[in-house]
Amino acid sequence: MQQRIGVFVCHCGSNIAATVDVKKVVEMLALEPGVVHAEDYQYMCSEVGQAKIAEAIKEKQLTGVVVCSCSPRMHETTFRKCAERAGLNPYMVEIANIREQVSWIHKDMEEATQKAVILGRAAIAKVSLNTPLKAGESRVTKRALVIGGGIAGIQTALDIADAGYEVDIVEKTPSIGGRMSQLDKTFPTLDCSACILTPKMVEASANEKITLYTYSEVEKVSGFVGDFTVDIRKKARSVDMSKCTGCGVCQEKCPNKKAPSEFNRGLNTRSAIYTPFAQAIPNVPVIDREHCTKFLTGKCGVCSKVCQAGAIDYEQQDEIITEKYGAIVVATGFDIIKLDNYGEYAYDQSPDVITSLELERIMNAAGPTKGHLERMSDHKAPKNMVFIQCVGSRCSDGRGKSYCSKICCMYTAKHAMLIRDKYPDVNVTVFYIDVRTPGKNFDEFYRRAVEDYHVNYIKGQVGKVTPEADGSLTVHGVDLIDNKQIKMKADMVVLAAAIEPNPDIRKIATMLTASIDTNNFLTEAHAKLRPVESPTAGIFLSGVTQGPKDIPETVSQAGAAAVKAIGLLAKDKLLTNPCTAQADIMACNGCSTCANVCPYGAISYEDKEVRGPGIREVRRVAVVNSALCQGCGACTVACPSGAMDLQGFSNRQIIAEVDAICR
Amino acid sequence: MSIGANEEFRPKIVAFCCNWCSYAGADLAGSSRLAYPADVKIIRVPCSCRVNPMFILRAFERGADGVILCGCHPGDCHYSTGNFYARRRMTMLFSMLDYIGVENGRTRVEWVSAAEGAKFSATMNDFVAKVTSLGKNVRLGDLRCKN
Repeated sequence: MQQRIGVFVCHCGSNIAATVDVKKVVEMLALEPGVVHAEDYQYMCSEVGQAKIAEAIKEKQLTGVVVCSCSPRMHETTFRKCAERAGLNPYMVEIANIREQVSWIHKDMEEATQKAVILGRAAIAKVSLNTPLKAGESRVTKRALVIGGGIAGIQTALDIADAGYEVDIVEKTPSIGGRMSQLDKTFPTLDCSACILTPKMVEASANEKITLYTYSEVEKVSGFVGDFTVDIRKKARSVDMSKCTGCGVCQEKCPNKKAPSEFNRGLNTRSAIYTPFAQAIPNVPVIDREHCTKFLTGKCGVCSKVCQAGAIDYEQQDEIITEKYGAIVVATGFDIIKLDNYGEYAYDQSPDVITSLELERIMNAAGPTKGHLERMSDHKAPKNMVFIQCVGSRCSDGRGKSYCSKICCMYTAKHAMLIRDKYPDVNVTVFYIDVRTPGKNFDEFYRRAVEDYHVNYIKGQVGKVTPEADGSLTVHGVDLIDNKQIKMKADMVVLAAAIEPNPDIRKIATMLTASIDTNNFLTEAHAKLRPVESPTAGIFLSGVTQGPKDIPETVSQAGAAAVKAIGLLAKDKLLTNPCTAQADIMACNGCSTCANVCPYGAISYEDKEVRGPGIREVRRVAVVNSALCQGCGACTVACPSGAMDLQGFSNRQIIAEVDAICR
Repeated sequence: MSIGANEEFRPKIVAFCCNWCSYAGADLAGSSRLAYPADVKIIRVPCSCRVNPMFILRAFERGADGVILCGCHPGDCHYSTGNFYARRRMTMLFSMLDYIGVENGRTRVEWVSAAEGAKFSATMNDFVAKVTSLGKNVRLGDLRCKN
């Protein structure tokens, strides 16, 4: 059939038009074979612009549309929908990306215009070979999985459950609660973290729509949006959850209390059978087999003897639970960086150099010091405290992280203020690069620390902390405003260590095929317009897994991720990507090469009657299940007889693009 | 477009970019205004494993001076394993091409994630410089395709 192609060149205001001579592009592309219509407009994506496309489709009976505009990742869907409304198959639209790939990176107008024309020609060559495609349908499993049971995961799960959908939380540690459960007070209101978090934890555990898998990890993920299959490994707790009453006697009587407490950041120890903290949910302990005498030597069994419910089960094995989900939310949160690269702060040499998260535990009434501010070395009250900001954040020398951890300025102001309030004779000094406190009531909070609580803020960095023989610390720093070297005595030094994504995130991202950046934060589908969605359909991002944020931001993002997941779960059917592989049964010889490379098991073999000139026989040929095929194209290249091709990115289409570019 | 003896040599370069990582990386290079030479023209493919060695041979036959294939980092493929196939196929193809005289500098596989706009731009600058230094590709070119 003779193609009738329309070309629409967008100015994108001046984004394209300032560097690309759009009139010239129209003029040149109008000369291409098959092009019956070419025009330019200021904003093709606007209502007027789309009306122009629709009008041309109808009036000129266009069979194909090329829009020379921004990236197809931006507006391909917009223009496909526009074509569909005008009666043209949406897959008869191709985009030439002349903004991101031309106008924004080239300065010379002639050169840019020439490249825009070439990209336009490639798109025309491709669209000439497009075939109308129809999206299939797939069903949606109305259940969501939330990976991570911190405040982000809890909030997302609560919101999804509120909308009436089943949701499972998988949490690696024995209890939900996450980082927030370790905090003492929260900025800028100074309310107690546990007081606002524990009700939410209880709510999540009591909600009949929510299932908690604590002490569990995601092991395997397969499937795709609407229909994921996930294997969850429930690690052996060695305690029967259905029998345990949470009385706590086992923890009290456990003779081995030498395991470092993860919850208290190793500042004190815990028993081998333990719940991380008193308000843990579920309130069922776990036996840490690496520290339990029974598991190490075979002798002991005290917990089993004292447990009146008979809940201790030394034989318990890991259990794999397989469940289907329509949507997956990643809320794996963060940890603080290891300070191995920062030897100058003497973190490894002195117990009185601590991280802010350790201070958080020290100041907490349930912490290792019962809330008394004291040095970990000699349990004396400090007189002078120094806080060092940006330890590993905003780092340009490769030792730490390039980004700002965002929360440190505020929590340091909080710590300084709380200490000055409770212990007015403690001198508090903060070394900072910049104080960054944007946020509702944030700057006022910081100013209170300076003005009302007289915290000594010094702009400058600390070069070295040296432990002295008398047990004190000497801090060597600079004051950039007075331009002088500073040497001061301190009893305690607190490091605002950079935050980094959960160390397991790479493994999880690989399982989910979700994009991840060089800092191990998950990438959004669009940094501004789709900030809680992964580019991988059906995967949503909640909390610090996407980037550094504080609690209010985490909670609002968690809600946003929930809404996006609910929007997906509310659908009964999803349209599938019609760009799937297809086998030409005339050429297929049933060799199975394609099935071996298919990551989705979408290819099977059937005996089919093949008819051709002089041929009429039954052959074993490949058949692609278009509901399973995700359209990667691995099979198309693997096929030795060239029988496999990918709709929407066919061999002929790509070769036509190559030819157009090399012309 | 014929190139006269006095004119500066500008190579023709085809870049195959996977939709999920590298094409997005190219978009980020664009929105971050990180320039690279206009000689690079991108073809979007769903995955690096969609790139048939025939496409690359075709490009050289039609007069391309260099071909680069960009995909997600190994282990990060949107389709789990696609880039592993691409890597293996290209290793074989490029060594064969080198054998018949299309130097290794004219072909390249690079992993660029969606967040690596700067890497995309730097890679393209470097590749264009390399291909330019190698000059016009005379091997494989089919004279019948010249216009």
